[in-house]
Amino acid sequence: MSRLGHYFIFLGSLFRNREKMRVYLGLILNECTSIGVGSIFIVALVNTFIGAVTCVQTAYNLTNPFVPKNIIALIVRDSTILELAPTLSCIVLAGKVGSNIAGELGTMRITEQIDALEVMGINSSSYLVLPKVIASVLMFPLLVMMAGFLSILGGYIAGVLAGVISPEDYVSGLRFDYKPFGVTFALIKTVVFAFLVSTISAYQGYNVSGGALEVGAASTSAVTNSCIAIVAADFILTQILLT
Amino acid sequence: MIEIKNIAKTFGDRQVLAGIDGTFKPGDTSLIIGGSGTGKSVLLKCMIGLVKPDSGEVLYDGRNFLTVDLESQKAIRREMGVLFQGSALFDSKTVLENVRFPLDMLTEQSESEKLDRAQECLQRVGLENAGDRMPSEISGGMKKRVGIARAIVLNPKYLFCDEPNSGLDPLTSIKIDQLISEITDEYKITTVVITHDMNSMMEIGEKIMFLYKGNKLWEGDSNTLTQSSVPELNEFIFANKLLREMEK
Repeated sequence: MSRLGHYFIFLGSLFRNREKMRVYLGLILNECTSIGVGSIFIVALVNTFIGAVTCVQTAYNLTNPFVPKNIIALIVRDSTILELAPTLSCIVLAGKVGSNIAGELGTMRITEQIDALEVMGINSSSYLVLPKVIASVLMFPLLVMMAGFLSILGGYIAGVLAGVISPEDYVSGLRFDYKPFGVTFALIKTVVFAFLVSTISAYQGYNVSGGALEVGAASTSAVTNSCIAIVAADFILTQILLT
Repeated sequence: MIEIKNIAKTFGDRQVLAGIDGTFKPGDTSLIIGGSGTGKSVLLKCMIGLVKPDSGEVLYDGRNFLTVDLESQKAIRREMGVLFQGSALFDSKTVLENVRFPLDMLTEQSESEKLDRAQECLQRVGLENAGDRMPSEISGGMKKRVGIARAIVLNPKYLFCDEPNSGLDPLTSIKIDQLISEITDEYKITTVVITHDMNSMMEIGEKIMFLYKGNKLWEGDSNTLTQSSVPELNEFIFANKLLREMEK
């Protein structure tokens, strides 16, 4: 509970005694490049294959001849939009971005770079962490949108190449009983996950004390805690928004 | 002038500082010496606001750093320059960007003014040609000099150096000491140096304070350092064989 309290105090410090906005603009752009562009490949790769696997496995399990083939595409679409693209992508991003944030801040802490900022009278947590949080909240949804598209495309390619579904059935399944709120739901979840991953990882890294061993441990904790927070928030948001 | 009064700090049940008093004058290079774990770095951190002491006062020209409001505290911080033990250069910035950083963050100067000032400081520490290099590409001694350049870029009234010689060879150490001493004299800065380096003590110790187990046991200068009657200080100073033989 005390760590949770420290986490909320840390969040408060991000918004108090901030520097001028012009200071943050360049930093946010740099972080967007690092977090967004730097994560495109892994997110694209993972989601394309996840979509492909979902399609083939769904087809494998749908053996009843009375169930139309286009249901396979519907299942790929809904599972991608509602769960796989936002949640799985954010878990992947927790591993990539979260460990990076914790490692970077932890190293800055043990090499006194954060102290150097503090003695200059700069709010180090706000200067270092806020741009990462804003960049995450901006870039995660873009990555998740790309992830959703590629996952459904991966399902199409795998389904057609494996001969489990025809292109026409796949497209018709994608269009069948489509609820646009699913995309809104996915984006809401992603924004929450982005905030959790970036702040939890930053908190772990910013509060490191010790040496290289502790920085490594902080990176591990950042990923572990972010993943736990993602799945817990996923359940809570699903309960709130879909029931 | 910096005055510290009755600075005490305890971590858990371990008392690290037990009521330290001292005065540091402008234009003097004052050294705080002592063995490892005697509280030197904690005292420095208390003075620059990185650690809050349990009791005591830190006065910068009469302004109590620990009780002034946030804006006044920021104003005092802007009059400080700090050279950290590991130099604390920002990895992601070039040498020139590191030196320029306080100007970018804390002043409204034009680009050309900031560039000129950063170049001037790099020139002062003899690194005018290293501006484009990354901290990872320069030696330990150069890092210290970049750290000094960054610390003096805002024309500080107070300069703090935490073990400026750690990890450096004796010749480079002396050069760094001389640079700190020259800058102190040139700009009439109040300089406080944490060290356990004998060369520094003899070379630049205009005022020396000896800490032992969180207490101030002795105060003097480099001329009186070797003549003290404090056994703990003598044990610390004459720790190596060469100096022990010289003492005899």
